[in-house]
Amino acid sequence: MSVLVFIEAKNKVSKAALEAVSYGSKIGSTTVITFGDISSDELAIVGEYGGEKVLIHRGINKSNDQQLTNLIHAAVESSGATIVVLSQDQTGKSIGPRVAAKLNAGHVSGAIDLPDTSNGFQVNTNVFSGKAMATVAVHSDKKVISILPNSISPEKTGGSTTIEEFDADLGEGKIVVKEMKTQGEGIPLPEAELVVSAGRGLKGPENWGIVEDLAKTLGATTACSRPVADIGWRPHHEHVGQTGIAIRPNLYIAAGISGAIQHLAGVNGSKVIVVINTDAEAPFFKAADYGVVGDAFEVLPRLNEAFKKFHNSQN
Amino acid sequence: MKILVCISKSPDTTAKIAFTDGNSKFDENGVQYIVNPYDEWYALVRALELVEANGGTVTTITVGTAADDPTIRKALAIGANDAVRIDGQALDASYVAKQISEYAKDKNFDIIFTGKETINYNGAQVGGMIAENLNQPFISLATKLDINGETATLERDVQGGVEVVEVNTPFVISAAKGMAEQRIPNMRGIMAARTKPLNVVPAVDLENLTTVVSYSLPEAKEGCKYIDPENMDELVDLLHNQSKVI
Ligand SMILES: Cc1cc2nc3c(=O)[nH]c(=O)nc-3n(C[C@H](O)[C@H](O)[C@H](O)COP(=O)(O)OP(=O)(O)OC[C@H]3O[C@@H](n4cnc5c(N)ncnc54)[C@H](O)[C@@H]3O)c2cc1C
Ligand SMILES: Nc1ncnc2c1ncn2[C@@H]1O[C@H](COP(=O)(O)O)[C@@H](O)[C@H]1O
Repeated sequence: MSVLVFIEAKNKVSKAALEAVSYGSKIGSTTVITFGDISSDELAIVGEYGGEKVLIHRGINKSNDQQLTNLIHAAVESSGATIVVLSQDQTGKSIGPRVAAKLNAGHVSGAIDLPDTSNGFQVNTNVFSGKAMATVAVHSDKKVISILPNSISPEKTGGSTTIEEFDADLGEGKIVVKEMKTQGEGIPLPEAELVVSAGRGLKGPENWGIVEDLAKTLGATTACSRPVADIGWRPHHEHVGQTGIAIRPNLYIAAGISGAIQHLAGVNGSKVIVVINTDAEAPFFKAADYGVVGDAFEVLPRLNEAFKKFHNSQN
Repeated sequence: MKILVCISKSPDTTAKIAFTDGNSKFDENGVQYIVNPYDEWYALVRALELVEANGGTVTTITVGTAADDPTIRKALAIGANDAVRIDGQALDASYVAKQISEYAKDKNFDIIFTGKETINYNGAQVGGMIAENLNQPFISLATKLDINGETATLERDVQGGVEVVEVNTPFVISAAKGMAEQRIPNMRGIMAARTKPLNVVPAVDLENLTTVVSYSLPEAKEGCKYIDPENMDELVDLLHNQSKVI
């Protein structure tokens, strides 16, 4: 099978992009399509993860979903790919369905593992906001698969890649970007492997220092429960759960969060969950791997010190 | 201004998730349905606000069966002018998107709203597919939308931040948190909704491109191991040596 993997690569090839490349290369012979100014040296890493060829289009604005769709379509035609793989990140959500509609392809969004081809073509995805998994059969000849960040570990194949400039008629760009407001540094939540999160138990925005300190020690991304974002203690983009961002980090530390079903829905894909709560009856403990019944105001700083000690002992 | 809002139903967020028929079907026993939160709180309410400010109509559209009618009436109670139900089984995003596109293609809607995603399938697929079928731009994950004549200014979530974009009508968006505040329907709205038009139209004949073969529930956790709040070194040690996540 011939696979086309779409990646977005600004200055460096991200982990989410390598996940997609690695995923594609396990299905079949993989061509990568990308765009922008990234240098060929930086792109070379794609080969190490199984991308045999990279096609790059230099002059295009990522915000024009129609142009990106036309670019992917042209690359499908030129590479003869029958399967398109991309990451289910913001860009993936914007263009994955479009590409599927253009190719009249069945679209599996949020795939969490490789397709099973022993009986047709079936892929598992998360549904009911992470409360369940569905096995989806795709019947069309062409298929589009968007993979959920952090669900596939990129693996090296030891290969190398060739890089070719790729030009295509992309049509008109109807969306004009006026401004980009960047959201600080750090790893965006959907891609983060380590997340420190807090809820209403923290009492007020002025108390978030202990959450941020711990996140900094760990190199973790911060998150919060919905009410905390709603009352403006924390920015909306930190809100995780059924109506916020769904995440699946390796480690999720939750302090002062009760563990309502809607919160759990967005975080129960985490590999390990640590819950810190004063109330031993808090429902979150039922979903936790490790529980600390205690006051977040004491436990978080203590945990921070313990991690610092651990890091020092590692160096 | 003519606006179309895509409305789907989803199980109440506290519904017990279970499956029947050899795990091939969602178990609807005792499940309450609601309007999918993204469709109701953000898409529908912002559409109503735009029409209140600029004049025009808000039509809702749903691909579904008579079982969807109560949630459609709820959308009418919140303020939509009329509703369309395309009588079909919504089992696949491309099927839903094609039905809606087929209906909308010659009706000159200025804006088609979808929610960011349904909270049961979480596909985030239908909006982008409608946009492609109609050859219109799609502004995904929009958190803000203002309009001045034919030109709309939107904010949307993108990798690494928020983008401010301009686009001319017609276009399709998926609405995310921030777009509007939830509205609770009042008694008058609920009464009025009973007599507002709900037009049921037949579905066009289409194949599904995907099918859910089976569902499964995540494996239960082994149980929580409690750690003494005084002894965070133990927790760090377990995270390193046992769970191997740090
Ligand atoms: C349709 C719908 C969608 C929703 N979507 C989401 C969603 O996406 N995400 C989400 O998070 N919520 C969502 N909710 C809200 C959800 O139901 C809960 O209300 C919310 O998660 C509770 O937030 P919390 O745990 O921060 O606050 P609370 O429930 O108030 O819990 C605070 C917790 O902190 C503990 N605590 C207090 N003091 C301390 C201390 N000093 N140290 C340690 N612990 C302490 C308390 O024991 C308590 O358990 C949704 C609700 C609805 C109806
Ligand atoms: N059966 C349906 N009828 C009408 N609109 C739908 C239907 N299913 C999904 N949608 C719309 O498409 C959005 C995204 O759905 P999904 O692709 O399933 O995540 C939803 O928020 C709705 O606005």
